[in-house]
Order: sequence, then structure tokens, then C-alpha cells
Amino acid sequence: MKTNRITECSNWVLARFPLSKLWNEHMAHYYAPKNFNFWYFFGSLALLVLVNQFVTGILLTMNYKPDAKLAFDSVEYIMRDVNWGWLVRYMHSTGASAFFIVVYLHMFRGLIYGSYKQPRELIWIFGMLLFLALMAEAFMGYLLPWGQMSYWGAQVIISLFSAIPFIGDDLSLWIRGDYVVSDATLNRFFAFHVIAVPLVLVMLVFLHIVALHEVGSNNPDGIEIKKTKDANGIPLDGIPFHPYYTVKDLVGVGVFLIFFATIIFYLPEVGGFFLESDNFIPADPLRTPEHIAPLWYFTPFYAILRAIPDKFAGVIAMFGSIAVLFILPWLDRSPIKSVRYRGGIFKKALFVLVVSFIALGYLGTQPVTPTGTIFSRIFTLGYFGFFLLMPIYSRWEKAKPLPTRLTEQPALEDHLPALKEVFDEMTVLKAVTNPDDMKSFYGSTMLRRRPNPKGILRVMGRVTKKIKASLD
Amino acid sequence: MKTLFTTILLLALSFGVVAEENAHLQHAKIDPTDSESLQRGAKHFVTYCLGCHSIKHIRYQRMSLDFGIDDKKVLTDIAPQGATIYQQMNTAMNAHDSEKWFGIQPPDLSLAARSRSADWIYSYLKSFYADPKKPLGTNNLVFKDVGMPNVFWQLQGEQKATFKTVDGKQEIESLVVNVPGALSEQEFDTMVNDLVNFLVYVGEPIKLERERMGKYVLFFLSMFLLLAYLLKKEYWKDVH
Repeated sequence: MKTNRITECSNWVLARFPLSKLWNEHMAHYYAPKNFNFWYFFGSLALLVLVNQFVTGILLTMNYKPDAKLAFDSVEYIMRDVNWGWLVRYMHSTGASAFFIVVYLHMFRGLIYGSYKQPRELIWIFGMLLFLALMAEAFMGYLLPWGQMSYWGAQVIISLFSAIPFIGDDLSLWIRGDYVVSDATLNRFFAFHVIAVPLVLVMLVFLHIVALHEVGSNNPDGIEIKKTKDANGIPLDGIPFHPYYTVKDLVGVGVFLIFFATIIFYLPEVGGFFLESDNFIPADPLRTPEHIAPLWYFTPFYAILRAIPDKFAGVIAMFGSIAVLFILPWLDRSPIKSVRYRGGIFKKALFVLVVSFIALGYLGTQPVTPTGTIFSRIFTLGYFGFFLLMPIYSRWEKAKPLPTRLTEQPALEDHLPALKEVFDEMTVLKAVTNPDDMKSFYGSTMLRRRPNPKGILRVMGRVTKKIKASLD
Repeated sequence: MKTLFTTILLLALSFGVVAEENAHLQHAKIDPTDSESLQRGAKHFVTYCLGCHSIKHIRYQRMSLDFGIDDKKVLTDIAPQGATIYQQMNTAMNAHDSEKWFGIQPPDLSLAARSRSADWIYSYLKSFYADPKKPLGTNNLVFKDVGMPNVFWQLQGEQKATFKTVDGKQEIESLVVNVPGALSEQEFDTMVNDLVNFLVYVGEPIKLERERMGKYVLFFLSMFLLLAYLLKKEYWKDVH
């Protein structure tokens, strides 16, 4: 009798709500290409981190006080007197950086496999809007601990708006709600951080996924699986998202959580990259820190800002560096999607972009020096060059022939034996000096290996050659 | 290739700059498991620092739990007279007075070890020297023109700066003990080290606990990963 009741109940719901239809459309009968590789983990991981930020964020708001007099101490109260507060706070602070790592890798995936191209332009645009909302979310969240870096970081970034001619000063005053960053600013940033922007984020994630499921996922070969279907209209190279990719993404989640937990439990500050040391000093409007730098995920854009001598031009360049991402689908003139079949010139340009972005990220963390500024300018050119010259160089490209069906590549775990060999080459086994060590943890062969400079040089030489060869 | 090369070069150069800045800091030995050292450090803090500096984010009870000692022992050995076990370590000096006397309210030191480094505090506390030009008679090599006097002068003695001339400008070469104090150099170093060890502990009392817990979390996650991987293998064996 009991099962009947349950069936009746679920039938009642199904008659009124398209639950099974939704499930089938987006999970069980959503056909995804079967050759997703490493780069395809980061979409689901971004969703996981978003959920993490929501859950830990809600818990944090239960004890956090958005008041300039109380904010700093309430964070320390959470770290010490609230049960498990330290864990929740570290999960939230590490989650913020993890979000950007995952999202940058997710964007890079789109870049190398041409996931922004026709017919997926809208997915890319929603994605860029998500990136923008995420930056706003992170920027406003960073003010909340009310430390020195929170305060002065916000002061610097908001003052950028005052560089806009005519309306600048009034605009920045309107954003702050005061002549300097103050309690009013903290309160409105709190409201934006916990309600407004998260709502926008959720909406955009929804749109991003709806748009994706309308046209179907791209893949590392960059060819449409919908072109070759079987008699039932199912793509020959597609597999149902559930259960295949749900179980596969679980593996990605496992690996990600191991890295995530290692940081939370063993190095929550990551040498000042995830939690800056200056932010352990309460905000003091009368004392400017010697060196103000945003957290690592904003530093590439911050470096672009500082590279330009004129403040307003710098602001335009900084916003331009993000705006240019929006028009990427129309800058790329090559019909080929995946980097696997694209010409050498695109690969070289991509290499310049990656090097420029990382270098700018590094330069943005450093105090301004004349040499640093010169390098920032070179890398800013590299960054913009990739995008703005794209309409020209993507036309010249000599593409390789496209396959008609998906190709099979060795899986990540198949590379493990080769990786072990490289590790062995790069290290030497240290002899046991203390016989007691043999019995203990330190006696394991893995922990007794020490770097081998000759081996490292050999491997680096090989890797350089390989990168060079792959750029043709 | 050239861009890559210049990046590496640039990285190397700038790391050199950072290393140079910290070159003169002395190294403190930090051991959060050394309960004896932490207790001595706490005692020193109450004796020499709490008069002006609070560490308001820690309670006496937290110490008794973390050091593995009795509440009573904390109250008799460490805490100032009249303190209760649930109290935070606040200073008795009020802000108004301190601003009048030192020009600034001495900062709360709960997070000093996280905003500065352990080595910085260790070096700072050892780097006071006599400077008659200063209102309090002392200056500091690590924190120039600091408003704080050398509170350890009876223990450390009085240090004097020796100068050398670099490019026509006088620079401090080293500090030498001019008037010996109550402690030998080694005893004094141990004492400052205990104090710094305690301040590092106060910066994040949960640190030991989180590192202990991390092992279990990572073990659990490895098991989860193994199961997830096997599950994936099982599901995917018919996909070619």
C-alpha cells in the first residue's frame, strides 16, 4: 500500500509540474560529446564553488556585523568564538580565489576550443556577464572584513570612477555614499554582496545553461556532433549527460576538493595571495599602506590600468580589456573552432596572450617601478594584440583538415606512468642517513626524493621544444 | 620565446628585490606544540606588554584549553590579578591616556603575527638602541622612529649603534650591548622567542587543530576520489 501512496503522490506532482521532462531534457536525454577532456571539468566545478560560496556566505552573515566599528572584530569573533567559524570563513575566502581559478580555466577552455563561436555566441556573452558580476561580487565582498587592504583597495578602485570627465566626482561620491569609503559604503556593499549580485549571478547561471542546452556543448575537436545522428535522431558521438558526465564530474569534484581542503587546512593565506597580511590590520582612514594591491585575480587588469600614464586613459584601457572579451565571437574570422586544427599563427597569438596575462597578473602585485611599467606596457600590448589583431591574423590562418567524427585521445590517467617517469628524472633518491627514518613516514621513497638540477634542465628543454613544436 | 625569457628574467629580478628587503630580519623558532614555551610567552606578555597592548581577541580560557593546563593555573600563573577565566585579554590603560603619552594608542596585538611576520616581531623586539634625540631615549632598527620605548631594557641592557659611512652618509652597521642587562644574550633570545611564539599562537589559536583535522579530511576525500573514479570507470567501460 505504501508504494502506491508514493506513486500517487509523485503522479500528482508530475501531472502539475514537468519534473521528468526537465530532468530528461537537461540530464538524462541531454547528449554531450563523448570526448570531453580535462578542460571540461571547470564548468561543473564553478557551480560547486558557487554553492559553496552561498552556503558558507549565509553562515557567515549570521555572525558578521556590517558596521565600520564592528566589522573587523566580528570577523575575528567568527574565527575564534563561533563554533567551526574558522572553517566556514576559510572556505569562503579560499572559495573566492578558487572561483576565479576555476572561471579563468573555464574561459581558457572556451578560448582554445572556440566555444564562443557560432552558434554559441550568446553562451559566451552570458558567461562574460557572469564574469563581470563575479568581479563585482568579489570586489564588494573584499571590503567587508574592513581591514587595511579592504579599505584602501576599495578607495583606489572607486576613485577610478572620478577620472571620468564631467560626472566623475559626482559618480564616485554616489557610489561611496560619502566623501571617503566609510560606514555608508560598507553597508551598501554588504547589501550588494549578499543579495543583489548573488541574485544576478544565479539568473545568469540559469541563462548560461539554458543557452548551452539549446545549442548543445562544443567539444575539443570543435565539430558539431549534431551533424551525424543515428536513426533515432541521437548524435552518434553523443552520450547522455546523466549518468556519464555526472559520474565523471564527481571525479573532478574529488580532485578539486583535495586541493581545496589542502589550502583550507594547511595554507589558508597562500603566502598572502588569498588573504593579504595587511588585511589583518583594521581599516584606518588616516594611514595609507605603502603598497596597495588588489587580490591576485584582479591584478592583470590592475597592471593594465597602471601601465597607461594618463589616469582616465588607464581606466578606459582597464575596462576595455574586459569589454574586448564580449566582442570576441565577432573578432575571430576563422571558421575552425578548435585549436587542434587551427593554424600556427593563432597558437602563437594564444601563447602571447597567456604569457601576457600571467605576467600582468604578477606585475599587478608588485609596487610600481620604471622597469615594471615598461614591461606592463609590453604585456598590455600583448594582451590587446591577441584580441584586436584577431580579425586580421585569423583570416591568414592555414587550418588543418577537420575530421568528420570525434577523435579519441588518451585519457588523463593514461598519462600518469609517463608523469611518474618525468618525476623520477627530475629528482634523485636521497640516501638514508638515519636508520630510524626507514621505519617512519620519512622513510618512504617518495619523500626521500630531492630535486635533480640536471634532470630538471633536461625536462625543461624537452618541454620547451614540445611547446615550440606545438605552436606550428 | 623572447617574451617568456624576459618574464622569467623579470621574475628573478623582482624576487631578488624582495629578498633584499627582509635580509636583516633575524629568524624566530616557532613551535605551536611547545606548551611550555607558549606558557612562558603568555606570562611575559602579561608582565611586559599587557600594560599597554591588548590582545582582545583571545580569552584566558582558550589558553587553558589549548595549552592543556588547568583554568586555575592560567589565573594564578599567567593572568593579572582579578581576571576571570572568560575574560578577553584587555589592557588596563585607556585610549585617552595612551594618546596623550605616546601620541598614538598602542595597537591591539591579536593579529600582529599575521600582519607582520614572526621574524619581524622577533627582530623588532631585539633591535632597540639608545638614541638621545628621541623623546623616549630609544630608537629601533626595524621600525624607525617607533613611539614605543624598549620595555626590556632591564633584561637586555642598553644597545648602542655602531656606524659606517656609505656614499658619504652615515648608516647603522650593527647594534652592540653597551650596558649589560639582567639576562645573558642567550637567555634574552629565548625569552623574546617565547613571546613571539605566543603571539603567533594568538594570531590563530585554531591552527594546530585545523592541521590535525586536515589529515582526516584529506583521507576522506582520497577515499571519495577513489570511489568516484571506480564508479566512473564502471559507467564508462562501454563508451568507445
